[in-house]
Amino acid sequence: MIKNYSIPIHHDDITSLHAGDIIYVSGDVFTARDEAHQLLLKKDVHEIPFAFSDKALYHCGPLMEMKNNEWRVISAGPTTSFRMESFEQDLIKKFDINMIIGKGMMGEKTRKGLENKGVFLVYTGGAGALAADQITKIKEVFWLDELGMAEAVWIFSVDHFGPLVVAIDSYGNTLFRS
Amino acid sequence: MDDNEIISGLVRLIQKAETELPLDVIYALRKAYECEDGIAKIQLENILKNIKIAKETQRPLCQDTGVQTFFIEVGKDFPYIGKIKDLILTAVRKASTKIPLRPNTIDPFTHRNHKDNVGNNIPSITWDFIDGDMVVITAIPKGGGSENMSKLVMLKPGEGIEGVKEFIIREIRNAGGNPCPPTVIGIGIGGGADLAMKLGKKALLRPVGIRHPDNLVAEVEKSLLLEINKTGIGPMGLGGNVTALDVHIEKAPRHPASLPVGMVVQCWADRRASMVIYKDGSFELAD
Repeated sequence: MIKNYSIPIHHDDITSLHAGDIIYVSGDVFTARDEAHQLLLKKDVHEIPFAFSDKALYHCGPLMEMKNNEWRVISAGPTTSFRMESFEQDLIKKFDINMIIGKGMMGEKTRKGLENKGVFLVYTGGAGALAADQITKIKEVFWLDELGMAEAVWIFSVDHFGPLVVAIDSYGNTLFRS
Repeated sequence: MDDNEIISGLVRLIQKAETELPLDVIYALRKAYECEDGIAKIQLENILKNIKIAKETQRPLCQDTGVQTFFIEVGKDFPYIGKIKDLILTAVRKASTKIPLRPNTIDPFTHRNHKDNVGNNIPSITWDFIDGDMVVITAIPKGGGSENMSKLVMLKPGEGIEGVKEFIIREIRNAGGNPCPPTVIGIGIGGGADLAMKLGKKALLRPVGIRHPDNLVAEVEKSLLLEINKTGIGPMGLGGNVTALDVHIEKAPRHPASLPVGMVVQCWADRRASMVIYKDGSFELAD
């Protein structure tokens, strides 16, 4: 039985997770790719129009469709996380992030950033249709005109999102070999 | 020939490529599933589930619907050669809202998104002329995550095929889980820098499991596949036995001073679909 964790995840749960564990998560996530990372780092924390500390960060550039004035998610798997490596440690610190979801490896800076603090979870890359079916609500979107569909920050509610693999745990252990 | 019929056929071609994988790829992924356990097996289980959902709901397999890429073989007696390009551009624009496709064409200077997946030189179309009066169009939408791991090297001829193998294995190791393994690797050897890369991409047109007709080339494909799978990178780079589903090589004669090698990496979503248009404007879709 794979365990489901709520977002925001409690620190005790973070410390109970180890690299290689397989879990599901349910709650709110915000998407951010390269451009959103740069924008979020540039802005003052009080300028950010959404609460971030109760959400997981999801490396994702979704495929969305506007129908009858409502957004619908078509396909929304993870994007290559390593592109965000150079920004991530600063973002973790600034926004108090304790859960990151993506795909592929992250580097030394992210590993350090998550030490005693959070986890990096990986979703199967390319499984966009599967992931979209686990997104239950599209709550908001920010900077859509400025950044475009893939780079904008989307707030999604997810339910039993996964299975996810703990790729970096809060003890600095990682599944990836260098 | 009814232009609108052809355009809707082309939209269906793109939709088929984006939502359904060819049977040879599905078969290879199922076989990979049998070869793995633990975390690696879970990745393949997710992949196979995703393939099923995408096909049933006719939604793109991956949110990265790629750069629209077409390889076209035009029969020199096909009566509407001059129309083909415009029909493809119109179909890509239409497919972008109908399927839909993610707006994936961004001007490298202004960062402006073209929104309809059409821009200078995009969609990417490679033309080849053949005998006969029909046209075969193959769509291979190419995702960014795997394309980012593609690479060109100009080896010294003295490094030989051993040098080619070393280059490929080194790059596969560097790429790790980034290109969404298990991948399909297309390799172009010879020609010039541009032709090596083009042959690498063209090599992806060949179905998974089919070897090069030249035995010497086929042996190198087999030994590279074995070596790549020995790296242990595995599905999504999380460790496992299957890092690549196949390796395809295409070759051209090299200049005496050069040994160009173009490596094109394709993710597990080895998307590919073809359409044949006959001289009367009727058409068929195929894997």
